[in-house]
Amino acid sequence: MFGDYSLADLSAIFAMQGFAGLILFSVYLLMALGLAIIFGQMGVINMAHGEFMILGAYVTYLCSTFFQTYLPGLFAAYFFVAMALAFLASGALGMLVEWSLIRHLYKRPLDTLLATWGLSLILQQTYRTVFGAREVGVELPSWLIGSVQVTDTIEVPINGIFVMAVTTLITLGVAALMYRSRFGAQVRAVVQNRAMAGAVGIDTEKVDRLTFGLGCGIAGIAGSAFTMVGSTGPTSGQLYIVDTFLIVVFGGAASLLGTIASAFSISQTQSTLEFFLSGSTAKVITLLAVVGILMLRPQGLFTLKVRR
Amino acid sequence: MEHTPMAHRPAAVAAGVHDNPFMKPMEWVSLALLAAVILVVLPILLDAFRLNLVGKYLTYAFVALGLVICWGFGGILSLGQGCFFGLGGYCMAMYLKLEASSVENTKIQSTPGIPDFMDWNQITELPWIWKPFQSLPLTLFLVVALPAFFAFVIGTAMFRRRVGGTYFAIITQAIAAILTILIVGQQGYTGGINGITDLRTLNGWDIRTDSAHNILYFVNGGLLIGCILFAQYVKKSKLGRILVAMRDKEDRVRFSGYQVASFKTFAFCMAAVFAAIGGAMFTLQVGFMSPSFVGIVPSIEMVIYAAVGGRLSLFGAVWGTLLVNWAKTSFSESFPELWLFGLGALFIAVVLAFPNGLAGIYRTYVEPRLTRKVKALAPAEARALPHGTPAE
Amino acid sequence: MADETNTGLQSALRRRLLMGLAGAPALALLPRQAFAAGPPTAMVNTSGLAVTDTEVTVGILHSATGTMAISETGSIQAEKLAIEEINAAGGVLGRKIKIIQEDGASDWPTFAEKAKKLLVNDHCAAVMGCWTSASRKAALPVFEQYNGLLYYPTFYEGLEQSKNVIYTGQEATQQILASLNWVAKEKGAKTFFFIGSDYIWPRTSNKIARKHIENVLKTKVVGEEYFPLGHTQFNSVINKLKLTKPDVIFTDVVGGSNVAFYKQLKAAGIDLSKQTLLTISVTEDEIDGIGGENIAGAYSCMKYFQSLKNPNNEKFVAAFKKMWGEKTVIGDVTQAAYLGPYLWKMTCEKANSFDVDKLAVASADIEFKEAPEGYVKIHPNHHLWSKTRVARALPSGQFEVVYESPDLIEPNPFPKGYQ
Repeated sequence: MFGDYSLADLSAIFAMQGFAGLILFSVYLLMALGLAIIFGQMGVINMAHGEFMILGAYVTYLCSTFFQTYLPGLFAAYFFVAMALAFLASGALGMLVEWSLIRHLYKRPLDTLLATWGLSLILQQTYRTVFGAREVGVELPSWLIGSVQVTDTIEVPINGIFVMAVTTLITLGVAALMYRSRFGAQVRAVVQNRAMAGAVGIDTEKVDRLTFGLGCGIAGIAGSAFTMVGSTGPTSGQLYIVDTFLIVVFGGAASLLGTIASAFSISQTQSTLEFFLSGSTAKVITLLAVVGILMLRPQGLFTLKVRR
Repeated sequence: MEHTPMAHRPAAVAAGVHDNPFMKPMEWVSLALLAAVILVVLPILLDAFRLNLVGKYLTYAFVALGLVICWGFGGILSLGQGCFFGLGGYCMAMYLKLEASSVENTKIQSTPGIPDFMDWNQITELPWIWKPFQSLPLTLFLVVALPAFFAFVIGTAMFRRRVGGTYFAIITQAIAAILTILIVGQQGYTGGINGITDLRTLNGWDIRTDSAHNILYFVNGGLLIGCILFAQYVKKSKLGRILVAMRDKEDRVRFSGYQVASFKTFAFCMAAVFAAIGGAMFTLQVGFMSPSFVGIVPSIEMVIYAAVGGRLSLFGAVWGTLLVNWAKTSFSESFPELWLFGLGALFIAVVLAFPNGLAGIYRTYVEPRLTRKVKALAPAEARALPHGTPAE
Repeated sequence: MADETNTGLQSALRRRLLMGLAGAPALALLPRQAFAAGPPTAMVNTSGLAVTDTEVTVGILHSATGTMAISETGSIQAEKLAIEEINAAGGVLGRKIKIIQEDGASDWPTFAEKAKKLLVNDHCAAVMGCWTSASRKAALPVFEQYNGLLYYPTFYEGLEQSKNVIYTGQEATQQILASLNWVAKEKGAKTFFFIGSDYIWPRTSNKIARKHIENVLKTKVVGEEYFPLGHTQFNSVINKLKLTKPDVIFTDVVGGSNVAFYKQLKAAGIDLSKQTLLTISVTEDEIDGIGGENIAGAYSCMKYFQSLKNPNNEKFVAAFKKMWGEKTVIGDVTQAAYLGPYLWKMTCEKANSFDVDKLAVASADIEFKEAPEGYVKIHPNHHLWSKTRVARALPSGQFEVVYESPDLIEPNPFPKGYQ
């Protein structure tokens, strides 16, 4: 298939394909980070994760219309405001959900699955009632549109770079929070031994609520960032849910490094396969490979050795 | 390990080994009630159209029944039951489609005698995977065997490696997603997203008429009751008790020398076979099969049927299925917008307030009073009810 | 911020309320004397349909809920508008049309169920409905078994013809061939790259397009790619586009994937004013979600665009916006749905009957001169003769028609040489 192309063409394409893989990696990682915290650290199966993302996307949409109407001068900067608000909105909703629903179910992980699925249905219908069944178009500031010309033949989309930057920042932030802060130590303590953590004076309920809120907030940021590359509609969230869970499970729950490694390997596999095969086939092969590996190694790529 | 909260230990354990009849008197009453409603009351009350609808709902009850076995008793939640429902349904649909695509019916095609969608996809010869479905006995065998085999492979692979609880749920969900993409993508062989439609006859018998729908309804009801009895048998057997023990303390069962993986695989296979029977009956009664019954959303919806009915109750699963679907149809007819809110709230309510579903409500509030009344009214009769064959 | 959320919410709620209520009172307000006495019921209805001396019942069967509600809402609106107009002008054979609306809920067996209900319980004289091929395939056996009449609005893959269905949208060859000829002649296109969602309509359409490109135009298809429905990552295929540099990108991606595809295409620096892109799956409705600026410059081939300049269309657009709000957009399928009630009315008047058997025969050669898309005529194979148009997307979300086939194109659902 490459016989007809010049060497320069090919190298340019491979470079761009590498970028495409990295962008997919960032997208996957951003999707999975929030869930890695919620599922990995707390063991809660949050099926409404996609809907929390879409909440972030809708917040971005509202922001863009608001800035267009009232503050057109600041439109170029609205995306940062939107992301912050998306974080707050999804995080607040997450804490509310934790308080009213999840905290009653910590001992029944499979039941959280059903309850959060119910929650996702309710959220979807709410979006539909409020924003209409149609997808909404989020207008981007002009600096986020277009691509950077690296050489004559290599072009990299700006919004891709932006997503990569956001992902990097959030990942570093989460890592710092989990492994370098007092709050992170508390979270990990609660994960490893809830009773003992309570006994040494950690307010486990508060830690739970904040952790869940943090995970949902990150989902909100992800949703906000995805308005640049994907669609925003009441049911868009469902498109992400299988991929997201597989990434977290494949990485090995409770391991941030695992999630990163898993997002990387899955995205690279898929993007490479997509280039050589057709889209559908690539997707099936990737999913099959992940499921196959999980059958052989159910604990995922990385595991935290915890005495249960 | 997961701990299902239970207000009371399941009857099998509570009753102990000493007095372990196949079904207690109240269970016989429940069975009689269910059979009476399905086989007598509904056919009398409903017109042909509504009865066909109920027939469709009851096919989902097979799936819910299987979930009671593998989720309620075995503690294994599968979010991929749609796969097995679909496999059973597709097997049956392939047979019916071949029968509907006789050379005479398809003479306008460029290759007569193959299903119409194959012709559109330039397939000129019946693919080998379709060949077995030219024979009815083989089809009926495959309806049961194929899902069982599939479940066996998945089960063995996962349970051997002690994949449990949430992981199993997520992996089965991924399998459902993969199967849907495959069916939709391989449209020359599967009919793609449209599914296999326009099915007409079963071995020469027109399945589209009202009388055929009636007969199929009763066959379906009979099969369902048969499945309930079989599930009850398993539940009462030693195997059923080991399943429950495994769900509550897997390690102790393992240390007692039992092959935990095999028992789990058995429960999973049984659930798969039930689902497949439901799928095949669905195809017969509705007249087509499509990938929209295979994916994640239908699979999870089927879980809610079992949950609403009560994940520990075989009868509850059937009632739950009927109730949820009835609500869905009537709600979506009058308030389509509210339906998703209602369904969502139902999920949450069942989990938070009624973890044992309808059966739990019945057992806590209705049964004690009912038992008292029955005993007071006719003590002799209650004792005279058949005790059935003890397990084993 | 809070204010904005609030007003957005209120106006959205209000719009939805209006949508639901607008139809009903309008019907009730119609003066009674508008309905001239028609022919006696016993004569026009010999097959037990729901026809009285003053009323005739028609079903509407689309998804008001679920994933397809996005697309099907426009069709429901158009059908209600047409029926209201017909009633205001005196009804059909002196009878007012009564609507029974059922929700297919984006679920194919529900379509079959509700179709059966409309035919068996409600005895509807005709049903306007279905949108996706899957829903039509599910409902078709029901219409054939109970001898109902379905007016189906969507452009579709063809390969079907039924006594009981009138297809008011285009079948694949009508939509595709003329536009391929145009792009070959106008843009001198030699190489084509196909990108589609992975299901029957894109695959069949691309098959027809490929045969035409290879056998008739004698040019080349350099790539053909399909993605699962709902796929949102297209960077790899965009790289393939950059590698193969096709003269024309030919797309039939649908749903949420559509939005993702055009956003990423634009982000990757593919400038649609320089790169020719021809799509058969984007109408004004889709652009709403994609965003006009992301797809400006692409060419779409359809039989109808909202911006068509003719008196029929101006009247239609004004009436539609009056009934459903200034902001609504009208796509190809919405217009095709609008044709259904009118075609049915004219067929009934020609046959002087509501009986499906008579209508199935009388449908052939029914002409509708006031159609927004211009003149249409029903072919004996129950599809419509129609023109094909190619239009360029503008940043405003509207289209600018750049080509119109000179003659009506004959519908050919089973094209020889294209299978």
